[in-house]
Amino acid sequence: MSRVLMKGNEAMAEAAIRAGCRAYFGYPITPQSELPEYMARHLPAAGGVFLQAESEVAAINMVYGAAGAGARVMTSTSSPGFSLMTEGLSYLVGARLPCVVVTVMRGGPGLGNIAPSQADYFQVTRGLGHGDVHAIVLAPSTVQEAVELVGLAFALAERYRLPVIVAADGLLGQMMEPVELPPALPVPQAPPWATTGAATGRRVISSIHLDPEALERHVLELVATYDLIAAREPRWEADGVEGADVAVVAYGTTARIARSAVARARARGLAVGLLRPITLWPFPIAAFASAPRRWLVAEMSSGQMVDDVRLAVEGRAPVLRYTRVGGVVPTPVELAEAIVRAARPAAVPA
Amino acid sequence: MIRVAGRPRTLLDVPTHYCPGCTHGIIHRLVAETIDALAIRERTIGVASVGCSVFIYDYLDVDFQQAAHGRAPAVATGIKRVLPDRVVFTYQGDGDLASIGAAEILHAAARGERITVIYVNNALYGMTGGQMAPTTLPGMRTTTSPEGRDVRRHGAPLRMAELLASLDGVAYAAREAVSSPARIHRARRAVEAAFRAQLDDRGLGIVELLSTCPVNWGLEPTDALAWCEAHMVPVFPLGVFKDVRRAREPVDARA
Amino acid sequence: MPAHEIVIAGFGGQGVLFLGEVLAHAAVREGRHVTWLPAYGPEQRGGTAHCTVVIDDEPIASPVVADPTVLIALNRPSLDRFERAVRPGGLIVLDATLVDRLPARADVHSVAVPATAIAAELGAPRAANIVLLGALLAVAPILSEAAIRAGLEDKVRDPARRAANLTALARGAAAVRVPAVPT
Repeated sequence: MSRVLMKGNEAMAEAAIRAGCRAYFGYPITPQSELPEYMARHLPAAGGVFLQAESEVAAINMVYGAAGAGARVMTSTSSPGFSLMTEGLSYLVGARLPCVVVTVMRGGPGLGNIAPSQADYFQVTRGLGHGDVHAIVLAPSTVQEAVELVGLAFALAERYRLPVIVAADGLLGQMMEPVELPPALPVPQAPPWATTGAATGRRVISSIHLDPEALERHVLELVATYDLIAAREPRWEADGVEGADVAVVAYGTTARIARSAVARARARGLAVGLLRPITLWPFPIAAFASAPRRWLVAEMSSGQMVDDVRLAVEGRAPVLRYTRVGGVVPTPVELAEAIVRAARPAAVPA
Repeated sequence: MIRVAGRPRTLLDVPTHYCPGCTHGIIHRLVAETIDALAIRERTIGVASVGCSVFIYDYLDVDFQQAAHGRAPAVATGIKRVLPDRVVFTYQGDGDLASIGAAEILHAAARGERITVIYVNNALYGMTGGQMAPTTLPGMRTTTSPEGRDVRRHGAPLRMAELLASLDGVAYAAREAVSSPARIHRARRAVEAAFRAQLDDRGLGIVELLSTCPVNWGLEPTDALAWCEAHMVPVFPLGVFKDVRRAREPVDARA
Repeated sequence: MPAHEIVIAGFGGQGVLFLGEVLAHAAVREGRHVTWLPAYGPEQRGGTAHCTVVIDDEPIASPVVADPTVLIALNRPSLDRFERAVRPGGLIVLDATLVDRLPARADVHSVAVPATAIAAELGAPRAANIVLLGALLAVAPILSEAAIRAGLEDKVRDPARRAANLTALARGAAAVRVPAVPT
């Protein structure tokens, strides 16, 4: 199969079209604007709908309407825009509507900057709006993986009737890499629950359950789905973790940088492993059954995923961290130094 | 036997949750009659908003989506764009449409979405217990304007039908009331015209309907109808503000 | 062949990102692994623009490079900023028309070509970047000439512009073979 050189943002858009997505609603924001721009150029030609909304608030609610009408639909944004979408995400979860939301994370808080960041980890894993809300969060590490995970995201969204988040960062969105694109999937028919007109009985899509016991039943059904997802869908990649002096835990762009750093540290004679969560939610807890002497969590945030790592490790080994914030991307050289420091017997948890 | 009255096919035979004297029931019926008259029930999708009419989907026999507060025009846009041959309408109150959802209705109208908007204005927030809305009349007491709405502090009421009529994407904009049989007949025609604007692919159609809220206004139902006539109609004039009979040809900058 | 980790830096408008894209497309045409990473942040406006291209036979881990094997400097601030980072034994290629000094490092190879002057002489002032690419390939043949031609075909649709680029490429290579390093 031939490889095409594409930007991450454009590759994710093309992957969505090939996955049968025929509706996109979004609002421009750096560093993801190439995604809607690509959709504007290519989605109508594929028989789909592209619409630039007046805000991220409107965009996610257009997604709600289209998803409820049975369309395979997506939006994309970056951190400040994702904040605005969390209201809609809560409604999408409450109404059990499938969709894909790509967030290309940038530096925060506030307006922050447009540089790569992973500081929205808490937001995507714990903060998707009010209520008992979760969604599967997929974190690609290469442009090729971004293509594959966008396809997977639509499949999972429809399997569980929930939104799926693809959490990339500005670096992955902006970089180019050769990719093999998957064959195009057929565009699905609207599912039977979709509101397409009440010719054969009327359907209601809603997240309101005024009676507390009715809402409790609804939430417990959601929780049962979350449990099913937590049992079936954790994804990760591990390399040399068991028995390592230090095992690095990193996802997305940081995991790629970590792979180079691990190679440098190994060249210096250390036993170093790498554990890369691919699903941030559900967090791949089972992967932490492996026992290195120490864990080192590397992330482009002040230390967010490290909380999940500590919960998964349950005190069996020290958990250290190496963090860069504000859109600063760690280099393989500095991360290798952090690994070497972490391997020293005197190293204590940060 | 000649049948002179009856329940519209689209109106479900169930009791509503509305307070005595509330005119939502009349407006629901007008929408149901219109859907029947146009024979569009099986291809109509309603969008319920947040407010007293949140449960409209229990009363009309069409497919429904329930939207977040103010977002009904965005939800309707999403539906209509992926199902362009269906009929999509929103049913929104004044807090929903004129306050929290001002951006969504303005841009849906500016885009000329082929949707119909039933906008029910009772001059306050009914469901949450009678707080001040952007439509509250000057001097009107509400739970959050206990001394009466002070225009210097709270601004003047928003006249949404006129405001939206100014936008190119709007094909039909009218305001009517349901405070008397004669007014209800006019309102029925306006509702149908707002649906026809969509069916004829002319643009967005909106009807603002002045409604009563006896409970939060602190009035008996019949007094509430009279109050609407005496106090609301002067601030919110009735009439058709726009009726574009043919789809407008957009001016194209590339031309 | 070890990985090539190339940083290309200059002013915005000098075709820094474009040069990186030509390399990336050429690498794909040669069946290599490649990443192209722009500095897309605030740096893209005013000041220096730069991008990082990594070419390898193996799948590429980090697209972020702290110690490049090759630096292509299209202006003086770029040399000032990145010279120290170049890996010992690495290569610096610079535009001698715009960079008014030579690299101070003794542990790296340097090639200075008056690329802007050559491009102006060719009547293609925007092709200085391609002149430098020609110089780079003459010294370090990291990609085949056929792959570079194919990469240019991917990026430049206009045949006349493509021909001008091929001329610039050849002149860049020739400039190295007949050193034009300022004294």
